Amino acid sequence: MAEPLLTAQELTKTFGALKATDELSLEIQSGEIHAMIGPNGAGKTTAIGQLSGELKSDAGTIFFAGRDITRLPMHKRAHLGLARSFQITSIFLNFTAQDNVAMAIQAHDGHSFRFWKPARTDSKLQGPACEVLDKVGLAHRAEIVAANLSHGEQRQLELAMALATNPSLLLLDEPMAGMGIEDSSQMIDLLKSLKGDVTILMVEHDMDAVFALADRITVLVYGKTIATGTPERIHTDPAVRQAYLGGDA
Amino acid sequence: MYFLLFCQQFLNGLQFGVMLFLMASGLTLVFGIMNLINLAHGSLFMVGAYLCATVFQKTGSFLLGLLVALPGAALVGIVVEAVALRKLYTRDHLDQVLATFGLILFFNELTKIVWGPRALFLDVPEALSGTIEIIPGAPYPAFRLAIIAVGIIVAIFLYLMITRTRLGMLIRASATNREIIGALGVNVKLLYTLVFGLGALLAGLAGAMAGPLVSVEVGMGEDILILTFVVIVIGGIGSIRGALVGAILVGLIDTLGRAFLPSFFKLFIDPATADGVGASLASMAIYILMTIILAWRPRGLLPAHG
Amino acid sequence: MPLAGLVLLIGLPPVASVLGETFYIGLFSRVLIYALAAVSLDLILGFGGMVSFGHAAFFGAGAYVVGILAFHGMEESAFISWPFVLMGTDNALISWPLAILTSAGLALLIGAISLRTSGVYFIMITLAFAQMIYFFFTSLEKYGGDDGLSLFARSRIGGLDLNNDATFYYLCLGLLIGFILLSYRLVNSRFGMVIRGSRENETRMGSLGFPTYRYKLVCFVIAGAGAGLSGALIANQTEFVSPSLMHWTVSGEILVMVILGGVGTLLGPVFGAAALLLLEEFLSLYTEHWMLVLGPILIFVILFARRGLYGSIVERIAQNG
Repeated sequence: MAEPLLTAQELTKTFGALKATDELSLEIQSGEIHAMIGPNGAGKTTAIGQLSGELKSDAGTIFFAGRDITRLPMHKRAHLGLARSFQITSIFLNFTAQDNVAMAIQAHDGHSFRFWKPARTDSKLQGPACEVLDKVGLAHRAEIVAANLSHGEQRQLELAMALATNPSLLLLDEPMAGMGIEDSSQMIDLLKSLKGDVTILMVEHDMDAVFALADRITVLVYGKTIATGTPERIHTDPAVRQAYLGGDA
Repeated sequence: MYFLLFCQQFLNGLQFGVMLFLMASGLTLVFGIMNLINLAHGSLFMVGAYLCATVFQKTGSFLLGLLVALPGAALVGIVVEAVALRKLYTRDHLDQVLATFGLILFFNELTKIVWGPRALFLDVPEALSGTIEIIPGAPYPAFRLAIIAVGIIVAIFLYLMITRTRLGMLIRASATNREIIGALGVNVKLLYTLVFGLGALLAGLAGAMAGPLVSVEVGMGEDILILTFVVIVIGGIGSIRGALVGAILVGLIDTLGRAFLPSFFKLFIDPATADGVGASLASMAIYILMTIILAWRPRGLLPAHG
Repeated sequence: MPLAGLVLLIGLPPVASVLGETFYIGLFSRVLIYALAAVSLDLILGFGGMVSFGHAAFFGAGAYVVGILAFHGMEESAFISWPFVLMGTDNALISWPLAILTSAGLALLIGAISLRTSGVYFIMITLAFAQMIYFFFTSLEKYGGDDGLSLFARSRIGGLDLNNDATFYYLCLGLLIGFILLSYRLVNSRFGMVIRGSRENETRMGSLGFPTYRYKLVCFVIAGAGAGLSGALIANQTEFVSPSLMHWTVSGEILVMVILGGVGTLLGPVFGAAALLLLEEFLSLYTEHWMLVLGPILIFVILFARRGLYGSIVERIAQNG
């Protein structure tokens, strides 16, 4: 088996008396879509936060593409090819959809200490931004201010921004949160189309999406991994059934 | 000889620290619980001083002055809270800063109109006008010792109140989760008003006690207000323990710095330059302290909630 | 509408002279100078979301550089003898750039420390540092301490006679317009987008890959430089510098100008400066207690007219257009 793209070992994160992440270990293979599931409060977002660099782990290590990134700040991880989308939509509400994506493009187009040329007419930014918007299906809404987009469109924009940074690993935190059936199935198709181009680790509650997309699944309970494997294996795993259904399955 | 001088200045530093603690505890409580940054806190200090001085001039009694100044300042605080500040709780900090800045302008001018632009005279009470040799060989003004004593009493009182009473429990709960308190059926408006009134009372107490030591004049609240901010930043916003530690630290460093830095420099440089450099550095000492502490602990020494 | 304002401003001096009311030229020079300080604050406040309550420190520092150099120029002494010699001078081409550099350097130091914090801490720390600068200057006995320092005449620039009020006025106007144009390019450039993005959602900026601290610091320095320039101008306008220029209430007043005029609009602060200074002038004719009125007015604006004068107009145009 090839070297995993991302390896997390014994990650621990405590908030006061609460151990949100309890010696969590995880391995993501290059090219796969890996889903992280678990009951509410299992610590999934906290785990994503530590992988992306938003939260500093109390203990444990994280290796990405062979490099130890445990101590690396968030913005440096982004430049190594790690991108993240947020569970609670975290876009620039006062900018247009295109501005939002252009910002993501700009982050990886050299330094931004350019004080004179207007960013909105910079083809090096706007061209690629339009392409990404097209890929997620938002091209027709490029000029709309983000605050005026529908919830589903905002989630699409959320994903577009992460994609625009040309990542090798996408950390998606509930990409389909709050979406209706139609939007969800559109998102599932979109994520399917990305397979092979980019590795994905996604947290999701929508089980249909998880089983439709995931190559492997990791189940998280009380900040610990209780099972990892293919969807079929997880589906029949007694520990998993216990965690979700409680008591006898 | 230097030792005695040091002791006196040390006590001065403690006394100054007490003043700052009285101001800081009120301000940090209000910020920790209502998330309100209130620049007009200094005006309450001024109100306390003015009320005490006015009563003193009419009756000759400092004690009577205190008895009027404390509830007076609390009352002014409560009125201001109900009329103006209540609308600011939901606003962002910039709005709060600017609105309370407007309040300062208003209060300063109002004071000037009612009392005139000149400073008021307030004297140390008869009973405390002597000195006490708390350290053998170093007589120290009784009044200043009384201030330190008051500070200790207030600190103990606040500690007991916060840890032992129901009000204190509500205060601690509010500091961690504002929204839940209302849902639990607590009269949030009353709680906020009470807390604000307490802060105002403490500020008024500080002002009244400061009256005999500094000039009672318009604008006296602003200088101490900024020092109070430094205390809170050093101690940690929302934390009374932090306010105490910060206040003592700032009081000591500022007083000892001003007293000894020029002499210290005289050991190396000529007296004239030493005085200048010493004075300049002394005036910047606490800000340098603040910088160092922030570099090490960005949230202050003892922040309220980690 | 800004165009109308510009025409008014350009036409002011000749009109005033004709009417014999040359006092207004001086008054409006002050408006322009404070407008420049306010616009520089708007850069970090309106676009960067950095609530600095210490902007007057850079304003005053710039003024003092000009004042101190002029003082030494008068005495024909050196300001610095080691490691290099810097003689006093009233040459604007030396003292004004130095004023800008000094303020920028000060902003670099203060910003480097303050920007490691945010929210209320940031407000309080910038306030505290400005106060520190204030006390530092009051302790400078050599340069007047509390009483301040007088300049004998305005700075010299080549062939221009700045002691002529009208000439000085047009210079201030030109510099203000220039700064606004530069700021406009700045906020729409890549740098500007980073600053604006950081204001709105700093976490997202970080996760996209921007080291936001760096950019905010540079913005803070640029704003400080702008305030330094306005400080150099005020030293010339009043021919006097004193620590009161960097008293924290001045920081408050500049903040008020930005909010009153419309935060985040670049032109709003100009209106705000005009409104505040003219209001002060006007009210003080009626009563020496005009502060009594100004305080509540300010509170009213904060509570109910958040977008400011210019901001409200811009909003109404956007809604109707």
